[in-house]
Amino acid sequence: MEIPMIAYLVVSTIMFFAGVYGFVTRKNMLAMLISLELMLNAADINFVVFNRYLFPEALEGFFFTLFAIGIAAAETALAIAIIINIFRHIRNVDVHNLDKMKY
Amino acid sequence: MEYSVIILLLPLCMFLFLGLVGHKLSERVAGILGTLGLTVTAVLAYVVAFNYFTMPRNAEGVFETLQPVNFEWLRFTEHLHIDLGILLDPISVMMLVVITTVSLMVHIYSMGYMHGEKGFQRYYAFLSLFSFSMLGLVVATNIFQMYIFWELVGVSSYLLIGFYYTKPAAVSASKKAFIVTRFADLGFLIGILILSFFTQTFDFQTLMSNPTSLVTETAGMTFMGCSVAAWAMALIFMGGAGKSAMFPLHIWLPDAMEGPTPVSALIHAATMVVAGVYLVARLFPMYCAVPEVLDLITWVGAITALYAAVVACVQTDIKRVLAFSTISQIAFMMVALGVAFDSDLHAGLGYMASMFHLFTHAMFKALLFLGAGCIIHAVHSNEMSAMGNLHKYMPVTHITFLIACLAIAGIPPFSGFFSKDEILTAAFEKSTLWGVWMTAVAGLTAFYMFRLYYRIFWWSKPDYGHHTPHEAPATMYLPLVFLALVTCVAGFIPFGEFVSVNGEAYHIHLDWSVATTSIIVAVAAIALATWMYFSENSKPKALADKFRALHTAAYHRFYMDELYMWVTHKVIFQHICRPIAWFDRHIVDGTMNMLATVTNGVSYGIRKLQSGYIQWYVWVFIMGALLIAVLAMCF
Repeated sequence: MEIPMIAYLVVSTIMFFAGVYGFVTRKNMLAMLISLELMLNAADINFVVFNRYLFPEALEGFFFTLFAIGIAAAETALAIAIIINIFRHIRNVDVHNLDKMKY
Repeated sequence: MEYSVIILLLPLCMFLFLGLVGHKLSERVAGILGTLGLTVTAVLAYVVAFNYFTMPRNAEGVFETLQPVNFEWLRFTEHLHIDLGILLDPISVMMLVVITTVSLMVHIYSMGYMHGEKGFQRYYAFLSLFSFSMLGLVVATNIFQMYIFWELVGVSSYLLIGFYYTKPAAVSASKKAFIVTRFADLGFLIGILILSFFTQTFDFQTLMSNPTSLVTETAGMTFMGCSVAAWAMALIFMGGAGKSAMFPLHIWLPDAMEGPTPVSALIHAATMVVAGVYLVARLFPMYCAVPEVLDLITWVGAITALYAAVVACVQTDIKRVLAFSTISQIAFMMVALGVAFDSDLHAGLGYMASMFHLFTHAMFKALLFLGAGCIIHAVHSNEMSAMGNLHKYMPVTHITFLIACLAIAGIPPFSGFFSKDEILTAAFEKSTLWGVWMTAVAGLTAFYMFRLYYRIFWWSKPDYGHHTPHEAPATMYLPLVFLALVTCVAGFIPFGEFVSVNGEAYHIHLDWSVATTSIIVAVAAIALATWMYFSENSKPKALADKFRALHTAAYHRFYMDELYMWVTHKVIFQHICRPIAWFDRHIVDGTMNMLATVTNGVSYGIRKLQSGYIQWYVWVFIMGALLIAVLAMCF
C-alpha cells in the first residue's frame, strides 16, 4: 500500500515544531543544537517528499537534501566548537548565562 | 628645430631631479647642477635664436612661424582640441633669450646669495620649475597651453614668494599673490572659453590667419552694452593685467617682495610679470579687431604707470621702490601696445617698442634687483635708513646699479633710452595727451630711481658699527657685470629687424624731437634728485611736510590695500560669504544633522529590544513569521 504524502508531511511538521519548542525552551545549548537539527531534518524530509510525489522524474530535491545534510554536518561541528569555547570561558553551557551580546 | 623641445624638458627634468633627490645632495652640488642645467638651456635658446633669425625670410619678407613640435593632447570636438607644442616666431624666440639669460644670471647669483639658507636645494628645484613653466608659456602653440603654463608660473611664483615659509609675512604675501592672480585668471579662462566657443579653435596660428574671425562670428551680439568680441578680449586682458600687476590688480606685486631677492629679479621683474604684455602681443592682431579694448589697455596702462611712479617716489623699502618701478615700466609696455594700432605714420611702432622695452627692461630691472640683493646682503636690511654712502664699500654694485638707473631713466646710450624713446614716439603719434602723460611718467621714473640711487650710495653714512658692509662674492657680482654690459649695448641691437608687428623688417630711427624732450625731462629729474638726495639734508622732509596729505597717501599706496581689505572683508565677506556660510552650516549641514539625530534617537529608543537572550530572538522571529503567514492568508 502506498503511504500517502500527507503522512510524511505530518511527521515532518511534528518534527519541525518539536524542534522549535526545544530551541525556545531548552536551556542547555547542546539540547538547542539538537532541536536545530530536528528543524533542519524536517525541512529535508519535505524536500524529498515533494520531489518524490510531485515531480517523480526530477532529482533536484534529493540533491538539495544531500547538500543540506553535508552543510548541516559542517555547521554542527562549528556550533559544537563554539559551545566548547563558551564552556571553557563560563564553565557551563546554559544559554541564559549568554546575555553579554547586547547593546 | 626639433631640438628646441630640450629647452623645455631640461628644466623640467632638473626640477624633478632636484625636487626628489635634492635633499640628499650637498648645497654646492645642487646649485651647480641647477646652474649647469640652465646653462645648457640658455645655450640651446641662443642656438635656436641664432638659427631662427639667420633663416631666410619668406616671400613676404617676414620670418616664418615654425611649429617644430606639436602633438594633440586632448580632443573634444572636431575643431576643439588642446595641443602641446612649440611655436617659434620672433617674439617667442626673443622671450626664450630673455628668460634663459635672466634665469641663468639668477641661478649663478643665487649660489652666493642663498648660500647657507635652509632649503637651498628646494630653492633650485623651484627655480627650475619656474624656468620650465615660463619657457612653456612663451612657446605655447595654442591659448590653452599658454593658460596651463600661465597657471604653472603662478604656482612657482607662489612657492618662491613663500620660500621663507616660517615668516608669516612671506606666507600671506604668497597667498595674496596667488589669490589675486588667480582671480584675474578666472577672467582669462572665461575669455578663452568665449573666444574658442565662437572661433572653434585654440590654435594661435589659426586665430592669427583670420584675426577678425571672432568679430565676424559674434557680429551683432552684445552684452551689457559692449560687443561679445570686446568682452572676450577684455577678459583675456584681465588675466594679463593680473599677471602684469596692472592697476587695480597690482596689489600683489609689492608684497611679493617678501620672497628671496633673486626670485624678485627673475619672476617679479624680468619674466613672469611681463607675461601679460606677451599675451597681448601674442594676440595683437585680434586686439586690433576690437580697438575699444586697445583703448582700455592704454588707459589701464597709463593710469598704472602714473600711479606706480608716484608711489615709488615715497617708498622707503628699496625692494618696494623697485617693485613699483616694475609696475610702472610694464605699464609703459602696455601703453605702447595700446597705442600701436592705427598710428598711421609708422604702422605698429608701439608693438615693436613694447617688445623692445620688454627686452631691455628685463635686463636692467634684473640688474637693479640683483644689485639690491647685494646691498641687502651687505647691510641686512631693506630699509633706506640703514643705507648710505655705500659707494665706498661696494664699487662694483655701485657702478652696475648706476648703469641700470641711467638705463631706466632713459639716458643715452643705455638700452632704456632707445626702447623708452620708441614708446614715447608711439604715444605721441596716437595723441599728444598720451605723449605728454608718458613723458611725465618717464620724468618721475628718473626722479625716483635716482632718489633710490642717492639714498643707497650717497646721502650720509649711517652707523654701521663694527659690521662694515663689503662687496658681495664673485658669484654675485659677475651676473651684475654681465647684465650691466648687456644694458650698455642692448640699445644698439637693431631690434626692429627682428620683431615687428607684421614681421617685416622695421628700421628704427630716433625721433629727435621726442628724444630731446625726454632726455631733457630725465636730466632735469635727475638733477632734482641730486639736489634733494645727494647729501643728507632736510629738503625731502620739508617737502614731505609741505605736501603731507599727498605724501601720506602715496606712502600708503593711495590706500589701495586698505580698499581691497574693506571690499573683501566688509562687503564680500560680510554680505555675501557670511549668508552663504550660514546657509551651508544651518540648511545643508542641518538637514544632514537632522537625519543623523533622528536615526540616533530612534535607535536609542529601540535598542532595549536587543536583550542578548537568543531564545527571545527566536521567539520573536517565529511569531513574526507566523504573523506574516497569517496576514498572507487573510489578504
